Amino acid sequence: MASMTDRTAVLILGEVTKGRLSASTRELIGGGRDLADTLRSKLTLAVLGDDLKATGEEAIACGADVVLLAENPSLREYQADAYLQILERAVDHINPEILLMGHTSLGRDFAPRLAYRLKTGLSMDCVELSIDPGSGLLRMTRPVYGCKALSVMVCRTKPQMATARLGAMRPLDPDATRSGRVAAIDADIDRSLIRAQVIERVDPYEEGVALEDARVIVCGGRGMGSGESFGLLEELAQLLGGAVGASRPPCDSGWVPSTRQIGLTGKILRPDLYIAVAISGSSQHMAGCSDSRRIVAINKDPQANIFSVAHYGVVGDYREIVPPFMQRVKQILGVRERDDDT
Amino acid sequence: MQVVVCIKQVLDPEMPRSAFKIDPKEKRVVPPRGTPPVLSPFDENALEAALRVKDEHGAKVVAISMGSTLAQAVLRKTLAAGADELILVEDPMFQDLDSFATAGILVSAIRKIGDVDIVFTGRQAADWDSGITGCAIAEELGIPCITLARKVEMNDRRVRVERLSADGFEIVQATLPCVITVDSALGELRQVTLQGLSAARKKPLHVWKAADLHLPPLPPRCELLDLYIPKRETVCEVIKGETPEEASARLADRLHEERLL
Repeated sequence: MASMTDRTAVLILGEVTKGRLSASTRELIGGGRDLADTLRSKLTLAVLGDDLKATGEEAIACGADVVLLAENPSLREYQADAYLQILERAVDHINPEILLMGHTSLGRDFAPRLAYRLKTGLSMDCVELSIDPGSGLLRMTRPVYGCKALSVMVCRTKPQMATARLGAMRPLDPDATRSGRVAAIDADIDRSLIRAQVIERVDPYEEGVALEDARVIVCGGRGMGSGESFGLLEELAQLLGGAVGASRPPCDSGWVPSTRQIGLTGKILRPDLYIAVAISGSSQHMAGCSDSRRIVAINKDPQANIFSVAHYGVVGDYREIVPPFMQRVKQILGVRERDDDT
Repeated sequence: MQVVVCIKQVLDPEMPRSAFKIDPKEKRVVPPRGTPPVLSPFDENALEAALRVKDEHGAKVVAISMGSTLAQAVLRKTLAAGADELILVEDPMFQDLDSFATAGILVSAIRKIGDVDIVFTGRQAADWDSGITGCAIAEELGIPCITLARKVEMNDRRVRVERLSADGFEIVQATLPCVITVDSALGELRQVTLQGLSAARKKPLHVWKAADLHLPPLPPRCELLDLYIPKRETVCEVIKGETPEEASARLADRLHEERLL
């Protein structure tokens, strides 16, 4: 257990995927480091899982001072009622000023429950977190009204809780010479308190580049008209070495799996190039891509909102734009047309 | 069997950006004149989930909405779509509440209704987008909560829910009573029919004030410091051509110049 002499003002709940800290956790440690330094305190990361041998060292290299590991075979996958037991105990013991987690699948589900148990306030999906110089409180900035507005909140109760959007904070370059302390914490779970049981996880295997890793994303909207028409976008994505996403309507219509949804309630990504095809550009969709380095819009409606947020646009029917665009890209990239295809 | 569905009225999220205004002093959005509020879209999905339980298991569906000024005409849509009863929990003091206080008030109403098997909510409201209230209702009631449902099945006293996960979905089981928050992947709210509209006129609608409920203390946990519309600086370079082919080729050339290909 962390000794009480280490004052931890900032506690982060970390996540590990495939044995490594997730991108969101590395960002939180980077941003949390600044907050902890401002408050002249230690930065502590808590991670729950079943095999966390490499996690302590990795987290310290990324910027944490103290890493608390709760290891238990039952913690291999996230279960809210198991996590609650461990985090409630840990927060009680550490008594942090600030408690952060990623606005991930886990954070969205877990943060509200933990905040309720801790009788404290919570800001979800923050895009900026900083210490107010006057009050020393955490200023939590988050988009509201489908990203039409930004709100700034402070939390009057402790710990001040927030989830952070991917990309809101910067990870530090890992530095293996950094020092810190790794400790085990109580990982006992009373199984009788687990009320909702996950009995099966279905992660459909998808070929090609993962959306999260793609430098180029081709995204289709309602105007695509059908699931079949996404085949054209697949071709374009393949040509550019990218991945295909969709706004909400194609996912809700079953044209595209919901894991491909980009937007406020789907994935929030920041590729170098984002090509929005037949997308109107609602603010709820733009929340998922507005931080892309460059946005290209292809839409037949010149009044569509997408043209007020894109960097480049072509007005026209995508069926008449995408094929010649691909042809030109092939010329530029020196991709030879395969004659035997016709 | 009785299910409750929590419905929030919100400013129409499809309204044009140009009509979206904020009163910076009050730190509140100014609703444009003549634009009625709508049911929060994910709450419509939650109502659909509740109505499917009614279709399959004959449950009674009670819709509740909470706020300081509620638009009855808008909220009556829940009855027209098939809910059996509408409860408006309305009081001038129910203004600018955080999600935990909202959940506290809704739970007082749910306890007053009594014998509730499932509480449905949308995954998040289209105004503040927090996604806290559903989980907080479950915690306050001391019952399980399953978030982001795209399919709900019931068997005996158990629910089996497909919930969205980052890379696919999970199948989660719980015993009743429970709270389920619903994603748009579950499906749109059914169309309101003429028969539905006329049946709605005869269905019970109750208005409960704060004094009608045993409200717990609801201390605010967060304070709003500022609410503003962010400036946007992007200027779109619209690429034109005599023909679609020409415009498309120019777009490719432009992206090549910017080393984006």
